Amino acid sequence: MIKLVPRVQASAKWGYLSPVLAVFLTLIASSILFMALGKDPVEALYTFFISPIANWYGVTELLVVAIPILLCAYGLALCYRASIWNIGAEGQLLTGAVVGTVMALQFVDSSSVWAMPLTLIAGMVGGMICSGISAFLNLRLNCNETLVTIMMNYIALNTLLWAVYGPLKDPNGYNFPESALFGDSTLLPILFEGTRLHIGLLLVVLALVIVWVFMSKTFLGFQIKVLGLDKPAAHMAGYKQKKLAAMVFLASGALAGLAGAVIVTGSTGQLIPAISPGYGYSAIIVAFLGRLHPIGITLAGLLIALLFMGGEMSQMMLNLPRSISGILQGLILFFLLSCDVLIRYRIAFTFKRSGSTATAKN
Amino acid sequence: MDIDLITNILYAMIMTGTPLLLVALGEMVCEKSGVLNLGQEGMMLMGAVAGFIAMYHTDSYILGFLFAMLVGVAMSLLFAVIALQLNANQVAAGLALTIFGTGLSAFLGNDYEGKQISVLPSLSIAELQHIPIIGKAIFAQNAIVYLSWVLIVVVYLFFRYHRQGLSVRAVGEDPSVASNLGLPVMLIRYLSVAFGGAMAGLAGAYLSIAYTPMWTEGMVSGKGWIALTLVVFASWRIERIILGAYLFGFASIMHLVAQGLNWDISSNLLAMMPYIATLVVLVMLSRDKQRLKLFEPMALGKPWHRSS
Repeated sequence: MIKLVPRVQASAKWGYLSPVLAVFLTLIASSILFMALGKDPVEALYTFFISPIANWYGVTELLVVAIPILLCAYGLALCYRASIWNIGAEGQLLTGAVVGTVMALQFVDSSSVWAMPLTLIAGMVGGMICSGISAFLNLRLNCNETLVTIMMNYIALNTLLWAVYGPLKDPNGYNFPESALFGDSTLLPILFEGTRLHIGLLLVVLALVIVWVFMSKTFLGFQIKVLGLDKPAAHMAGYKQKKLAAMVFLASGALAGLAGAVIVTGSTGQLIPAISPGYGYSAIIVAFLGRLHPIGITLAGLLIALLFMGGEMSQMMLNLPRSISGILQGLILFFLLSCDVLIRYRIAFTFKRSGSTATAKN
Repeated sequence: MDIDLITNILYAMIMTGTPLLLVALGEMVCEKSGVLNLGQEGMMLMGAVAGFIAMYHTDSYILGFLFAMLVGVAMSLLFAVIALQLNANQVAAGLALTIFGTGLSAFLGNDYEGKQISVLPSLSIAELQHIPIIGKAIFAQNAIVYLSWVLIVVVYLFFRYHRQGLSVRAVGEDPSVASNLGLPVMLIRYLSVAFGGAMAGLAGAYLSIAYTPMWTEGMVSGKGWIALTLVVFASWRIERIILGAYLFGFASIMHLVAQGLNWDISSNLLAMMPYIATLVVLVMLSRDKQRLKLFEPMALGKPWHRSS
């Protein structure tokens, strides 16, 4: 008989091991899945996890995918540290892309050096508008933040669709739902010749350092942690809870909005309806899998980006729909939540049938 | 605005509100037992794809809906094991269920996009459907709409008059006391979660078989989340769920209203209406925090284990 016995103290060791175990279990589950689909598991795993990054170009493509996911996930981690269940990164990313596009379209024929930075800033503002509305509804009007942010996701999606089918549609675009192509001055410079890897990577590194320093070295970061762990304590200490909460909301909105602007200026070069295959939702998994720590998130973000690419690969090579990566993402989160039980409980094997005596002891 | 338009709007309002009604009913029972399952969206998607696939291969409506409910239950049990047995955070587990369901339904339904099935016919009741204005809305709907009304009455009576209805509520208010009184807390919670799963599966299949007889990736488009708001809106009371579901149904068919009145508004902007309506409702509800807490099951969302 297997029993869960509460630990006296949460296990720090399992805090680190749980994500690793979850990834391992996901690998096992995915090989079972591949076998069930009639594929050779070794070959399928290779196609899914190794072949996308088997060469230099693949590695740069992985980073291109990881950039928006990571930007969103750093912001979400700030919110989750404060126990704010913001799941609105997707919507903030989309509004960031829309507002960024509005700015970029002002520079189509311009060679101004301000074109690209202003577009990125506009993207951040766009994301902050979206998360700012959520923050206002949550903090001022007491609405549940999960429901508010998910509703904002759908509103943002429809705003994007409205924009590409309406005001932002390219007048010379044969009526396709796309904006005009951005001018060269707006596009993010490529880092390495022959690849698509753009300077968004440097923005990610910058965000990583800022978020890390903010979380671990500043008093504000400490206050956010206290707020998340023990609200009454934060109240007793006199922290300005609403201000802190508004700050993390806006910071995550700015980062997700930046991600949106980076996608349109770095990858697509114009606004199209399908700019995000759910990066904002995947960022939720990334934040949890990375234990809300910037370094952990970076590793987890690369892994989830690999899942996106593996999905594409298995569609091409194994003739499996790419949505298989969505299943694996869901599985990872399930396994992570299940493994996390080991942080607070230990498994005890009792060989007697546990009757009323065993339960009474606790 | 002519009579025909009003008749049709009422008809479409009830038709569109029905999936919300079903999911909200299931989630309400689940929440009454103290479990917050944010996975409704994922379970609905799985119900939609499962119902469609079963219907496509068997051409039987009954099998389609039954299979969808079964899949909904299976999904909800996955949640229950993680949230109830392993004591995971219920918000995170529900989110995981939605992400997993979104991915899995897209995968399973990949080969079925664009395929066609015959739509669930409406069962018109003799001459009653010709009653002006309300006749079509009430007497010319499909079987699932009528079933939803039966379910409402059954659930209402269950909580009002049946002993076990009281047990569910006791478990949701204070599981420790309920356990000490000898109630099987875990079993009751499992059953409540499973009921929620069955309803979400049914609602999903309603979308893919009765509402728009087709499967497209992510076709539930937030209805599972809206239903979660609906439960709060209804302050966990069944009669208000009916009102709320049809109000949201109305918000979702604004494009019909606009068409009928010759308004010239982008369909994408009109598509935002249900979500904006949800936000407005949330704001109105949340003005008074204390009042909201009054109706909420006290143990909602809190993990509980027998030993604690």
